[in-house]
Amino acid sequence: MTNSINELEKDAKAIFVIGSNTTENHPVIGMKIKKNVLENGAKLVVADPRRTDLADLADVYMQHRPGTDVALLNGMMNVIISEGLADQDFIAANTEGYEAMAEVVAKYTPEYVETITGVPAADIRRAARLYAEAGAAVICYAMGLTQHSTGTDNVKSVCNLAMLTGNIGRPGTGVDPLRGQNNVQGACDMGGLPNVLTAYQQVANDAARAKFEEAWNVSLPAKPGLTLTETINKAHHGEMKALVIIGENPMMSDPDLHHVEEALEKLDFLVVQDIFMSETAKYADVVLPGACFAEKDGTFSNTERRVQRVRKAVDPPGQARVDWQIICDLATRMGYPMSYSSAEDIFEEMRKLTPSYAGMTYARLEGKGLQWPCPAEDHPGTPFLHKDGKFSRGKGAFSAIEFIEPRELPDGEYPLILTTGRSLFHYHTGTMTRRCVALDEHVPAAEVEINPALAGQLGIEDGEMVRLSTRRGSLEVKAKVTDILAEDVVFMTFHFAETAVNWLTNADSLDPVAKIPEYKVCAARLDKI
Amino acid sequence: MVTLTINGKQVQVPDGSTILQACRLHGIELPTLCYDPDLRLAGSCRMCIVEVKGRPLFLAACVAPAENGMVVETESPDIVQARKVILELLLARHGGKCLTCEKNGNCKLQDYCYQYGVSDTRYADGGRHHYPIDDPNPFIERDYNKCIMCTRCVRACEGITMARAINVKNRGHNAKIATAFDGNLADSPCVFCGQCIMVCPVGALTSKVSAGLGRAYEVEKVLTTCTYCGTGCTLELNVKDNRVVGVTSNRSADWSPVNRGALCVKGRFGWDFINSPERLPTPLIKENGEFREASWDEALDLVASRLQKIKEESGPDSMAVFTSARITNEENYLAQKFARAVLGTNNVDHCARL
Repeated sequence: MTNSINELEKDAKAIFVIGSNTTENHPVIGMKIKKNVLENGAKLVVADPRRTDLADLADVYMQHRPGTDVALLNGMMNVIISEGLADQDFIAANTEGYEAMAEVVAKYTPEYVETITGVPAADIRRAARLYAEAGAAVICYAMGLTQHSTGTDNVKSVCNLAMLTGNIGRPGTGVDPLRGQNNVQGACDMGGLPNVLTAYQQVANDAARAKFEEAWNVSLPAKPGLTLTETINKAHHGEMKALVIIGENPMMSDPDLHHVEEALEKLDFLVVQDIFMSETAKYADVVLPGACFAEKDGTFSNTERRVQRVRKAVDPPGQARVDWQIICDLATRMGYPMSYSSAEDIFEEMRKLTPSYAGMTYARLEGKGLQWPCPAEDHPGTPFLHKDGKFSRGKGAFSAIEFIEPRELPDGEYPLILTTGRSLFHYHTGTMTRRCVALDEHVPAAEVEINPALAGQLGIEDGEMVRLSTRRGSLEVKAKVTDILAEDVVFMTFHFAETAVNWLTNADSLDPVAKIPEYKVCAARLDKI
Repeated sequence: MVTLTINGKQVQVPDGSTILQACRLHGIELPTLCYDPDLRLAGSCRMCIVEVKGRPLFLAACVAPAENGMVVETESPDIVQARKVILELLLARHGGKCLTCEKNGNCKLQDYCYQYGVSDTRYADGGRHHYPIDDPNPFIERDYNKCIMCTRCVRACEGITMARAINVKNRGHNAKIATAFDGNLADSPCVFCGQCIMVCPVGALTSKVSAGLGRAYEVEKVLTTCTYCGTGCTLELNVKDNRVVGVTSNRSADWSPVNRGALCVKGRFGWDFINSPERLPTPLIKENGEFREASWDEALDLVASRLQKIKEESGPDSMAVFTSARITNEENYLAQKFARAVLGTNNVDHCARL
């Protein structure tokens, strides 16, 4: 997030939520948004193919066809430009590329966008005005925006919208991705990515690499590595020999599980470090028992860049070990001695190599934690980025983006759009929440959400088992008839191994830049059993 | 500033302060049940009544504004006597079951009865309601036989969670907290966040997941960060005998900066996987398609030698590490260091895209 979570509760005068079912996936953030709307009168605009809890509360709700986000956002920008609502001072002072963007956006009139998205032109106009005229408006998004073959374009488009109206660099404004996992921000910050070391220092950058080579006393590869989805593809081609998986569950979380399964089976050697015998661990040659969050010291970085302490409460079960100790043992046995006395000891090494964390110490993280960048020990941390319109690259760059259709569109054989997501009561691949007695008792199984009109057409009753199929496969699942989605859209959560929807999703449809799979759109059909 | 006298001492407080705020600012403690600094004021329990010179009635300090020249007594004999009667009236509807109550030792009603020496009530004859304890949800135990109608749960539901799932049904002696049509929580807008449990001063609302596992005075509370979504909520793991037995809230903005105690259903009730019998206690090695238990030495030697061999035969880029959005920063740092410095490849990624 460019800004901070608590600004959503008090500072934002308008909140635009696109592709985030906030009250289910980030419930406490959802509560803050609702409080601002209900108690302070903040305006709320929601764009989502499913009429979420927040959509019911919104001043404007836009139910756009899945995968048409760029068109919708261009439509809002078209209105803002044509009605003179753009912040020309901000654009002139702090940005570049406006003309090229404006030229592309010119043809996305609300009437034209209505034909693409299905959102009435009048609603696009109202949404654009609410956002542009609020004074302090923020955009919140999540995987509903990013898990598309045009995910990068979608994110660039929300950045366009924020810069166009000067809604960045002040409290209550910003571009706020709501990150879905406890430490996904930290995993990225720590260089758990194929192209960057810690704090996004490029592996291809000689100076950055030299710094790490000196600190680590080793020579480092310069060529950026493969993303997770590319790694699976390479394994599928038989070119990947060994894979070490720590606390990940690709046999549930990745697209097209047939593809993942074949890839894992082709590996010469698979090591899985986990707290449970996950669906992925079953394919391993060696399984190493790790520790969960309650059993270790360390830090997590949340979606607003706040680094907070994790504290050990209990011992791991049996002989299970804290994960960093396992990594150290393995490295040492491979001839590269790694030895640390504590998590804090590791943090101290890390921060010396990580400019945005350099000013953080465990002592300073007690209490409220610190938000990066925090470059020095007397730096208070950074609640919001891009103050006074100063961007890290200099001028903020507008991108001129045309709408591109999703990769796999409905056709005669597969006439529906399948879109996937999470439930309030479960988390990701369910390895933890499915083993929580109350959560699993309350929501024990997957359902496919279908519109009443579609149910009527197919003669399907609420609660009946149906067959959901795509080009990858099919599964039998209970139908939940609900009018929160359009007639040609069906929705499933991906938490349940018994009916894992990722057997059906599409591994061939990735965003060309981010390599993120298009979980939010694939062609599907539904049959009565 | 407002200047007033409390218990013979002249004090100054900011304009707009209540008498309760004035007292607390100057270290004078008042008993409160319905008052909660994060919630809309109710002024309903009357425990915080004070005597103000020249006023015919006692004032509820939580809602009465501090005024210039006020002379306030907080523990005068009349106030103490009135509080005892108030406690007796509360006990008239609170069917005290302290022996088996989850909140025993952590109950404000119990504390105040102890403080004011109230052990019984003269008002229990006949009319006490007996409410069935039968909401079938797996998260929240609702025992309205213990409810003292402070309405903190109602105000937390509408003011923190913004769910508006519950409210007061009926009035007077028949008043009761209820969902619309007094049904089950699962049929209401309840999202099972348990903010109602967080604010309940007595044992009317408790966690079914923690039931019977330990009372507040038996557990150590370890402040940490939630393991689920990216919001980064602070929570307290309740530990008894090296076992997590529950989750409670820390409501201080200085220690719980993101959520100030508010949690969701997963954060508050989704902790028992930690103790699951399915947790992996030993390393496992697959032989002939079956896993067998192994020592750490055997398992790590095997992994190290296989990876070393593959590195030599097929090169570093034939290997990859999937690190995790679930483990700590320190562990992620080491995982990518392992991939780059030990395996010699930049093939390291995690589920940020999934």
